[in-house]
Amino acid sequence: MIAVELRKLFRRPRTWITIALLNSLPVLVAVLLKVTDLAPRPGEGPAFLSAVLTNGTLFPLAALAIVLPLFLPIAVAVVAGDSVAGEAQGGTLRYLLARPAGRTRLLVAKLVAIVVFVLVTVVIVAAVGYVVGTALFEVQSLGATTAVSGTSLTPEQVAGRTLLSIGYVTISMLGVAAFAMFFSTLTDSPQLATLGALAVLIGSSLLFTLDAASDIAPYLPTRYWLSFVDFFRDPIQWRNVARGLGLQAVYVVVLLGAAWANFTTKDITS
Amino acid sequence: MSGTVIATHGLRKAYGAVRAVDGIDLDVRAGDIYGFLGANGSGKTTTVRMLLGLVLPTAGTVEVLGRPIPKAAREVLPGVGALIEGPAAYGPLSGTANLSLLDAAGPGGSRRTRKARIAEVLEQVGLGGGGKRAVRGYSLGMRQRLGLAGALLRRPDLLVLDEPTNGLDPQGIHEIRLLLLDLHRTGTTIFVSSHLLAEIEQLATRVGVLDRGRMVLQDDLATLTAPTGATVVTTTDPAQAARVLGDRVLTSDGERLVVRGSDPAEVNTALVGAGVPVTGLVLQRPTLEEVVLAAATGSGDRVAA
Repeated sequence: MIAVELRKLFRRPRTWITIALLNSLPVLVAVLLKVTDLAPRPGEGPAFLSAVLTNGTLFPLAALAIVLPLFLPIAVAVVAGDSVAGEAQGGTLRYLLARPAGRTRLLVAKLVAIVVFVLVTVVIVAAVGYVVGTALFEVQSLGATTAVSGTSLTPEQVAGRTLLSIGYVTISMLGVAAFAMFFSTLTDSPQLATLGALAVLIGSSLLFTLDAASDIAPYLPTRYWLSFVDFFRDPIQWRNVARGLGLQAVYVVVLLGAAWANFTTKDITS
Repeated sequence: MSGTVIATHGLRKAYGAVRAVDGIDLDVRAGDIYGFLGANGSGKTTTVRMLLGLVLPTAGTVEVLGRPIPKAAREVLPGVGALIEGPAAYGPLSGTANLSLLDAAGPGGSRRTRKARIAEVLEQVGLGGGGKRAVRGYSLGMRQRLGLAGALLRRPDLLVLDEPTNGLDPQGIHEIRLLLLDLHRTGTTIFVSSHLLAEIEQLATRVGVLDRGRMVLQDDLATLTAPTGATVVTTTDPAQAARVLGDRVLTSDGERLVVRGSDPAEVNTALVGAGVPVTGLVLQRPTLEEVVLAAATGSGDRVAA
């Protein structure tokens, strides 16, 4: 069943178009930086971007930071929102369930496919970022990379921490996926499920900037998204990373539980 | 295979105060071609969905191939082929890829034989040359055939088909009818839901009629359309015929007389002996349409709850 869902997802042209579009923004940013040589000052603009002119190997992280606030969650919400509602709208859900695929199995297979999609997407963004970054910018092959906190990192450390960041960003996206998937079991319209998940994220981002909402800020799903920057402090600061992982875990468990409870007891009338 | 293939007891589905299906007892036996008739909105589709575990009953039980649904769905449904409210497939993928994915999505479809089974069913439904094309480019009739191919993929003991000839042209309808009769001959029980009486009359051995969520009729087609004990006579001299037969004439309409008597030969002898020219002579049988309309009008004045 999982293989079936993966085949469906990755044989679909839309999946690859989404990933390609997702990569276009970091590439555009890289080209603009190269042409104008105008990097944002440290502390301004997307994380890591100020450093890439002098070290192209940091561009994968800059690329992740660029797509993380909006592009990546949109892509995840589109795929996860489509998961059940898309099958319902297309009429294939009734055939899958009469096959019978099993409602719980189908939901689990969809979830695994989404996780794989997120991972593949994040890895591709990082890989394209690496290729573009090392092609356009200087690479400090012998010297060490300067960490956010000022000390030096070896290329191996940069590589290892980049992998940690890829994992963290992937997990951060699972909260979005869980929202979209839950909504996807509530409606037969994939667009509605996607927009619902995006509304949650936009609401969360907005509240995060509001002082009056500071009491609930630690529980907002987008609160710790950019904490992967902490992997590049020396030593690594685990506090926010750990909180981010815990928070995503709670959202994922609660929302998927609700999605399961709803989907396994509902009448399929689509 | 013998005995009961589909049995429901007091099956009911309520959406709020509306009872879409209101206590029906289906009885489909092995070897039947069961025609499930009813107007649009009479509850046919909801019933079909309950048979397949898609809609959960409010009350009552469903048994398919001797096992309870939805509880034993995982064991039962691999042996059931279904076409539910029109076909559905993934547009960007080919017909073959769609069948392959559907087969892999559940138990009971061996991966080893998959390719051969797909080629065989595509041939069977008349899509032998179209399997490689993307479904997006299929006509409605081709999609219907592909849906039917999906239903046949695991050589099911039972076919549950909702409006199987929808979107097909007359030749297509004829082809599918022959295919279904052929499958029936080889032992497949077929449950066809339709609102097309003529189609069911040509196909079914047993009929159930649904009216506003209630079962108003369920019997063998041969019994329902059995001779009424009257003979229909066509003659160019109806006045003379009426004089000869006297009070045996039940009704007359132009050159057509309905005469009491279940032996056309005897009626013929009487008329010809009196010099009345007889141009047509046949046992009277009610059509399925007459039977269904008679059964459904009884509740025509009912107001749905």
